[in-house]
Amino acid sequence: MWKWINSFAKPEKAYWLASAMQPYFFAIALLGLTVGITWGLVFAPADYQQGDSYRIIYIHVPSAILSQTAYIAMATAALVGIVWQWRTAFMFISAIAPVGAVICFISLFTGAAWGKPMWGTWWIWDARLTSQLILLFLYLGVMSLYLAFEDKQQGGKAAAIMALVGVINIPIIKYSVEWWNTLHQGATISKFDQPSMPAEMLWPLLISILGFVGFIGIITLIRFKNEMIIRDKHRPWVMQMFAENSELQRLSASKKEVN
Amino acid sequence: MVSAVLFSVVKQDLAVAVRQRAELVQPIMFFVLVVTLFPIAVGPSPETLQRIGGGVVWVATILALLMGMERLFRDEFNDGTLEHYRFSPCPFYLIVSAKVITHWFIQIMPLLLVSPILVLFLNMTAQMYWALILTLVFGTPLVSFVGAIGVALTLSLNRGGVLLALLLLPIFIPLLIFATSAIDSASMNLAYHPQIAIIASLMLCAVALCPIAITYSLKVSQN
Repeated sequence: MWKWINSFAKPEKAYWLASAMQPYFFAIALLGLTVGITWGLVFAPADYQQGDSYRIIYIHVPSAILSQTAYIAMATAALVGIVWQWRTAFMFISAIAPVGAVICFISLFTGAAWGKPMWGTWWIWDARLTSQLILLFLYLGVMSLYLAFEDKQQGGKAAAIMALVGVINIPIIKYSVEWWNTLHQGATISKFDQPSMPAEMLWPLLISILGFVGFIGIITLIRFKNEMIIRDKHRPWVMQMFAENSELQRLSASKKEVN
Repeated sequence: MVSAVLFSVVKQDLAVAVRQRAELVQPIMFFVLVVTLFPIAVGPSPETLQRIGGGVVWVATILALLMGMERLFRDEFNDGTLEHYRFSPCPFYLIVSAKVITHWFIQIMPLLLVSPILVLFLNMTAQMYWALILTLVFGTPLVSFVGAIGVALTLSLNRGGVLLALLLLPIFIPLLIFATSAIDSASMNLAYHPQIAIIASLMLCAVALCPIAITYSLKVSQN
């Protein structure tokens, strides 16, 4: 079992796994986003108090939740990379960091757009908003540290340490900021036994969270594959893969000529 | 053997600090200047200054400490001493901790010496001043130890200064919150010990865990 997991430290195996997982994530993203967002934006009932403007929740909440999940995924990869020295783990960090940063930005942006009609202001120094902003800064820190290094392997390791330092800090930041100031409404969907949302609003939200998972997954996988190819472009497995591809293309081209 | 190595590292760092006085004084001057800018920027009314005083001092402290930290490992990294430390019989973990603690001591002493000026500049009460001193004493080791991780990571980069601040400032936000809230409580004559206790506990965690990250980061920088 351990040997089997460890075999994914090799880029060729990880590349194969990423390619194999890609269609599933694509299907989840396509289904989840279309069903979840159409249902949420068009068919779900309007809120009795917030009217139609609450509908941004179908983008805001998934992005807010998953920006934190993506950070945890990044930190997990960082731990794996530092402890077992997996090259692919460091590549994964550089693949997921910008995706997480963009998702984090989306949650802040949609939050601001929602805050304007509801609270009457684009921005307020509320606990959740502040900790989300700090999360964005942590993402940007990891990315800029990685980009500052010429040697990508070294940069990946440095970024991994930074990601781990950040993940230890996230709960501390969260609680300290909450203690400092709170205005944001409480969590809506984590209270499963007594949700503060009716089912016809909750289901599209859950589906669109799933869709966001697929979306983040597919983009990260594509970036991850690119990263592996770019860093390993002089290694035999990449050359062999491209050689096979060009061979296939030549064959199909010559077939067309014959026809 | 171990204590002899540590003693010589501490002694050498202190000697270097005493002989390079300019580098010692610059962060402190920077600190005083930043604090001076605020009354000019927000207006000299004593009430306003008293209200923002704690926050201003802490922001200036963190910036000044980060400025001074850049030279923590720089010389020894460039002349190769750092690699020799790795092969000494004394654990690298302890040597690094000794260096960070020495550096903290060298930085915090002048800061505490100039701190009475702040009472005058920012119209602080005696109560606020004691809270400030306590938060500085318990909080700045945290800045030094966490900051050392950033310094170790950016060591091999030539343009590490801005990046260092970029990496570390978000991480110091909890410290900033608790420190300023302690000073706020003090200004209202309330008990500020809970905040000091939280800062001290964060600091102890950092002192215990950070050296592991610092040694690993140094290894990455030395490649």
